Formats: sequence, structure tokens, C-alpha cells
Amino acid sequence: MTSKPSKKSYGIFTTFLLHLHPPMVDKSAIKFTRTFGLGGINALLFVILAVTGVLLRFSYIPTPNQAYESILNLQNQTFLGGLLRNLHHWSAKLMVITAFLHLLRVFFTQSIYFERKRNWFYGLGLFALILAFNFTGYLLPWDQLSFWAVTVVSNMPYYIPFVGEGLSNFLRGGPDVDGHTLLNFYNLHTSILPLLFVVLMSLHFYLVRKAKGVTLENPEEKEMVIVMPNLVIRETLVALGLFIGLLLVSMLFAAPLLEYANPQLSPNPIKAPWYFAGMQELLIHIHPTLAILVVPVLFIGFLFWMPSQEIKRENIGKWFYNEQGKSILIYSSLLSFFFTFALVLINDYIIADMMNSLTPLLFGWIPFIIYILLTIGIIFFLKKKFKIDKFELFNALFTIIFTSYVVLSLISIYLRGNNMELIF
Amino acid sequence: MTMKFNRRGFIKKGVIALIGAQLGYLFFDSFKRKDQSDKDQKWFEVGPLSNLEKNTIYPYQSGQFYLSVLEDGGILAFSVKCTHLGCVIQAQKDGFICPCHSSSFNKYGEVMSPPATRALDTFDIKVKNGILMVNNQNAKKRSQFEKSQITYA
Ligand code: HEM
Ligand code: HEM
Ligand code: FES
Repeated sequence: MTSKPSKKSYGIFTTFLLHLHPPMVDKSAIKFTRTFGLGGINALLFVILAVTGVLLRFSYIPTPNQAYESILNLQNQTFLGGLLRNLHHWSAKLMVITAFLHLLRVFFTQSIYFERKRNWFYGLGLFALILAFNFTGYLLPWDQLSFWAVTVVSNMPYYIPFVGEGLSNFLRGGPDVDGHTLLNFYNLHTSILPLLFVVLMSLHFYLVRKAKGVTLENPEEKEMVIVMPNLVIRETLVALGLFIGLLLVSMLFAAPLLEYANPQLSPNPIKAPWYFAGMQELLIHIHPTLAILVVPVLFIGFLFWMPSQEIKRENIGKWFYNEQGKSILIYSSLLSFFFTFALVLINDYIIADMMNSLTPLLFGWIPFIIYILLTIGIIFFLKKKFKIDKFELFNALFTIIFTSYVVLSLISIYLRGNNMELIF
Repeated sequence: MTMKFNRRGFIKKGVIALIGAQLGYLFFDSFKRKDQSDKDQKWFEVGPLSNLEKNTIYPYQSGQFYLSVLEDGGILAFSVKCTHLGCVIQAQKDGFICPCHSSSFNKYGEVMSPPATRALDTFDIKVKNGILMVNNQNAKKRSQFEKSQITYA
């Protein structure tokens, strides 16, 4: 049987994708290594999360007495209930990673300047929403893990002067994590955040097209191809692969569920959700006001300020800015990895004890200052070796900081045991 | 059709104002709820004073506090919540340790090792007919330990 491809024979999925794309795209724009399909993967993950999330709502009961039990019932008594929960759980985890990788991709291809500046802001907003989704979702099972992780994180704003305490109590619906908190988080998670997300995501897509598509390595060599089938087939393949992979993982690995939440007993050790693990490790080393207020404000401020700088058009779209960019990346990430790790050890075994015997009030300033000095040292080294300009400096600084965060996270997740002591 | 004001701008501002008002209301409401629980003066009955031994820390899990009886018979009542980020501290021989980021406190509630930067919150204590009672509804923040915080029966 032969059939000519006609518009009518496209499935719903294809027709939908065609709405999002222009009719023609540049050949190099749809090379997989240009974007790694990460934007599309994020979009698909959101769809999977929304569908599984809505289904979960049919059995989930948002009260402290019944939440835990409703999840047990879902897992043990509902046909494919466990699979549904696992699918939601693993997709949520994966989305933090893929969104972060997407962020890295657009950052290191310098796709955040001029007409893409606004989309970088929306993207940062989307990333914040993803973290908010994960954090509010984390509380819903109401087990020991969720209760204490949320207790710790929801106390963090206390270190923000003046507004902090009000903010904490506002989010929690009171001074403690209780039924009010659960209801707040449930409503945020299943109605307010999804709404905001859909709005931001639509704007995000619109702006990608308004900027005439993704940035290209060599924009001069244009060779246009039609979207159907060239791009759509790739998207469908990636989507299928992703979905099958998630399904397999969800069949093999169950989402964790600890004992029922007990407000009178903090488990030892207690660990923050993994994407906040670096923050938790930071809190062990530096003063809480630095960790919770100063460092995040400086870093986020930097992310928002940077794209307002005037970059040269010819560097936009080049991976790592130029030819030596990759070497700068490798140097700065390796140096940062090594220094952060060493500083953690030195601080844990030497500085902390020394300072305790003086006064706990000075806690955490010394390692912070050492870290800043080390960073300046790395930058000077790069200046000498590579003669870096302003934008290479931005990239190096960004690399140093996010490598440190990764190191802190790994230490927190794998090297901290009872009483948060280091284990080797 | 002409309009005195821009309709789209009007609706946009209206929606923003409404959301703002709602958020503001919730924000200030959250202060109020806390104040009310503060006024609620409830005393937790610990029991006869004579049962308490010197130089000991007693846990009162259901009341969410620890009693620390000092060597001279002075008594302090501490909230179980770590002043760092609110985990429940565990009693040791001579003080407390927090399982979350390993802050430790001595029997006066003073910080022995950070990340906590404030001494443990205290509760008021009173003795009536030889029975010790603790006001565990109203945690008092303090930056450091002072003698005046100790209750002598
Ligand atoms: C859009 C609509 C969504 C709805 C209606 C929804 C609904 C739900 C419900 C009812 C639960 C409780 C069940 C459980 O804990 O297993 C839950 C859990 C959770 N959700 Fe969602 N969700 C949505 C989107 C998302 C998104 C976009 C993310 C992350 C990016 C996310 C992350 C989580 C996480 C991490 C949990 C905890 C899962 C666990 O403990 O296994 N959700 N969600
Ligand atoms: C999770 C939700 C997100 C979705 C669904 C999404 C989707 C997309 C898509 C489909 C593209 C087109 C090219 C590509 O696939 O890379 C894109 C580009 C872009 N995204 Fe996202 N994105 C998300 C999150 C983010 C985040 C977290 C950031 C950064 C903070 C960001 C910043 C950008 C920028 C600046 C572009 C333009 C890149 C260029 O023109 O080359 N997005 N996004
Ligand atoms: S909550 Fe106690 S040390 Fe962090």
C-alpha cells in the first residue's frame, strides 16, 4: 500500500509540533549537538508531569492525617498506582537536571544577549518555578524526609533581615510545618505553579521564534530545510526515547517513602532535597546570613546583570565564546573542584575547631574570605595565561561557582554521615 | 468606539492590584496567627519539684521542651528546636546536639559549635505548691545565656 504524505495524514502530535515551528529552519539549527534537544525535552517532561500529576490528584488527600496513607494506598492497592507515582517522581528529578543543562547550553553558547536577554530572564523564572515545584511536591508525601527537609528550608528566610520571619510564616501558614503548610503547598503545587509555568513557557517559546530561532555557530552559511519531516522526526524520536527510558526507570526503581512524619524526632542525619544539598553543605561552613542571603543575591544578581553587557555579535552562538574557551572552562572547573574540596576539608578539620574556641559569633567568615581570595587568584591566573576579556571572565566566574556548588552537593550527598560528620 | 482609558491596561492593573491585595492580606494575616498563639498562656505540668535530680537533662517530648537542672538546683527550660534551622535537638550527657547540621549546645543552652549562632530559646518556668510548670507556648529568643534566665525554686 502506498500513500502520499498529505497534511491530513499527520497525527495530532505532529500537527501540534508544526504549530510551534516555522515552516523552514536552518540545517545547522537542527543538528542535535546545537541544542541537544534540551528545550523540547523540558517541555515534554512538563507535559508528562502535568498528566501524571492530575492523575495523582485523584487519589492524593492533602491532610497530615491522610496524605501518607493515601500514597500507601496508591502504591499498594491501586492498579499501576506505584508506576504513576514513580513516573511523576523520576520525571520531576530529571527535569531539574535537564533544565540546568539547558541553562548551561544557552549560557555557554552566549545565547543570552540582545534579543535573547528577555528570554534568559524568563528562563531563569522557569528554573525557579521548577525548583518551587520540586520543593512543594517534596512535602506532599508527609513522611520523615519531606517533613524535616521542609522544616529546615522553610526556616532559612529567618536570616533575611526584617521581612524574613513574615515570609517564612506566610509560606508555611504559621510558625510550624503543619496542616496549613500542606494545604498551601498542595495548592501551589497543583494549581498556581502550573498556571504560572504555562504562561512563562508560552512566552519563552514565543521569544525563541521572535529571535529568529536558536543561535548558530556560523550564521553566514545558511542552508534552509523544511521542518516536516526533518525536525519533527528528530523531535519525535527524542520524545519516544525519553518516554521509554522514564517508563523503564519507573518500573525498576520505586520513589522513596520513609516513615510517617514525626514532628518530635529529627532523623539523623537529615538531608535536604538533593538539589539543595549544596546549600546545606554551605550552611555547615559559612555564616547563615552569608549562605542564605549574600551569596544567592550576589549570584542571581550576576546572572541578571550579565546579559545587559554589549557582547560582539560574532561571538554569539560560538560554544564557549571562542577557540580558547574550552581550555578556560577546563582550567577553571578543575581548579575550582580542587580548591573547593580542599577548603571543605581544611575548614572541617582545622579552621572550625580553631574558631570555636575563640567565639562562635565569628563563625564562617574566614572560609568565605578564603574562597573569595582563591577565586580572585584563579581569575588572575587565567588573565595571565589566556589574556581573557570581560566575557571570558564571566564564563570563568560562572564555571567556578557552579563547579563549587556541584562539589558541595556531592560532599553533602555522599560524604556526610551521622551528625553530619565526614565519612571516608 | 472611543474609550477614556486603555481597557487592556486597566484590566492588567486591576488584576495586579487584586493579586497584590490578596498577597498583602495573607502576609499580614500570617503575623496575626502567630501573635494569637503567643497570647495563649498554657502551662505544661511537669510534676513535683522534689523528683528532679541535680545536674541532669530531662526530655519532655510531648511538651516539645527539655529541662536542664543545674548543679546548684537552678532550672532552665529549652525549646527542642535548634536555633539554626529548626530541627529537633537531641540530649547528650552534658548538653545537646542537632542532627541536621551538627550544632551543639551546653546545658545552659549556649552554642558550643556552630552553625547555630544563637543560644537555645527558653520557656518560662513557675512552681506552684511544689509542682513545676513550664509555659511551652511562648518561646523566648535570646542571643546569649545570662544568669537571670535561671529559675530557682
Ligand atoms: C502540573 C501539574 C502537577 C500536578 C497536578 C501535580 C500533582 C502532584 C501530586 C498530587 C503529588 C503527590 C503525590 C506524591 O507525592 O507522590 C505530587 C508530587 C510531586 N510532584 Fe507534582 N504535580 C504537577 C507537576 C509537577 C512538576 C512540574 C514537578 C517538578 C518539576 C513536580 C514535582 C513533584 C514532586 C518532586 C513530587 C513528590 C513526589 C514523591 O515524593 O514521590 N510536579 N505532584
Ligand atoms: C523548563 C522549561 C523550559 C523549556 C520548556 C524551554 C524550552 C526552550 C526551547 C524549546 C528553546 C529552543 C532551543 C532549544 O531547545 O534549546 C529554548 C531556548 C532558550 N531557552 Fe529555554 N526552556 C526552558 C527553560 C529555560 C531555562 C531554565 C533557561 C535559562 C535560564 C532558558 C533559557 C533559554 C534561552 C536564553 C533560549 C534561547 C537560546 C537560543 O536562542 O539559542 N530556558 N528554550
Ligand atoms: S538545624 Fe540544627 S544545626 Fe541546622
